[in-house]
Amino acid sequence: MFDWRWDFTWEILPRLVAATGNTLMAAGFGYALAVVLGLVFALAQRTPYRALTLAVREAVEFIRSTPLVLQIFFVFYVGPQFGLRLSPWTAGMIAIGLHYASYLSEVYRGGLESVPKGQWEAATSLNLSTARTYFRVIIPQALPPSLAGMGNYLVGIFKDTPMLSVIGVAELMHTATAIGSETYRYLEPYTLVGIIFLAISLPTAAGIRVFEAWVRRKLGMS
Amino acid sequence: MSYFEFLSQYGDRLASGTLITMLLTVLSALLAIAIALAMGLMRLAPNALIRGVATVYIEIFRGTSLLVQLYWIFFVLPLFGITLEKFTAGFVAVGMNLGAYGAELVRGAILSVPRGQWEAALALNMSPAKRMLRVILPQALLIMLPPWGNLMIELLKGTALVALIAVADLMFQAKQINGSTFLSAQTFGTALIVYYILARFMITPFMRWLERFMTRKLGRA
Repeated sequence: MFDWRWDFTWEILPRLVAATGNTLMAAGFGYALAVVLGLVFALAQRTPYRALTLAVREAVEFIRSTPLVLQIFFVFYVGPQFGLRLSPWTAGMIAIGLHYASYLSEVYRGGLESVPKGQWEAATSLNLSTARTYFRVIIPQALPPSLAGMGNYLVGIFKDTPMLSVIGVAELMHTATAIGSETYRYLEPYTLVGIIFLAISLPTAAGIRVFEAWVRRKLGMS
Repeated sequence: MSYFEFLSQYGDRLASGTLITMLLTVLSALLAIAIALAMGLMRLAPNALIRGVATVYIEIFRGTSLLVQLYWIFFVLPLFGITLEKFTAGFVAVGMNLGAYGAELVRGAILSVPRGQWEAALALNMSPAKRMLRVILPQALLIMLPPWGNLMIELLKGTALVALIAVADLMFQAKQINGSTFLSAQTFGTALIVYYILARFMITPFMRWLERFMTRKLGRA
């Protein structure tokens, strides 16, 4: 292709592959945080306390409708103003974890609402505690309909990790920009970043679809 | 400095940033709609080559990050002789990215128009173009409007990234003000609230109104 230098490509590829490790780690940690926090957000909206439900609902709406990149800046810079210094990694994980937790809480909410009311009544008549009802009866049934959404957001969080570069997390995009400013060559690093993203997100998305079908078969749902 | 002093000093910069953000949102929404329609229809074309082009476009733009696409368009495209001014590069990147997501909505909505509508149009001897324009698309539009509401909010959020190539939008102004005052809670907090107002009290009501308007238009109210 036009002005593409293969020797330069091979020279920078190891650095980019190493940075891909950081990108995957950021996506993994962020997602783990989001999966747990998202469940907390979803369950907090199902308690009998209306004020709590409303507060969490508004917070989720707020986080969902404002830009992640702005939230990353907010978390990173507001801490030091009040004497709390966060490392770029910590701030990034908090921001991205909270952002995706609010998305996932909506996915869980849909899943939880799809469990028929009779299941609750049956659990009550068997004298199961609320916790036991959730963990042994409701959540296992709410999971399969939530899987597609959860998978989409796993790929989504991976594709949003480049935003962490704005506060200096040394992930893929940050490394590509660093290479660009050292060598004044942007064609190869940025194109390679695109290719690496495609090479990971397309198979992952396909894998998630296969996994989802497998879970449904396992649970006898289709 | 009290919050009111802060607002009176920096309010106009934040307001001018908000205007740029709104302009970017409108322009990239128009581009996204055009691309979504074209690519969504191409995905359903009988010709495998046309379908292939649309599939490749959609997979590339959905498989990589908006930020990667933005940097690629702004920093790499000039090497191919296509130099876009930063504002143009910004809304083109956002529009092309969200257009790929929109294309899937268009395709899904067209496919979910009941089979009988296609058959009826065929029985009336309508040309394929007329069938699509007069029968299928209006009904598909109604089906896809609710998910487009979410997409429009994603688009608004996407425009914040153009601040990273120095387009003077709301995000950029907030970053600049923060850089000179270090009043992070005030600047970023205000910007967050403005984005929230744009999403919740402008885009969402507008999309709801559009849904009601289209429902009436199609005589389904």
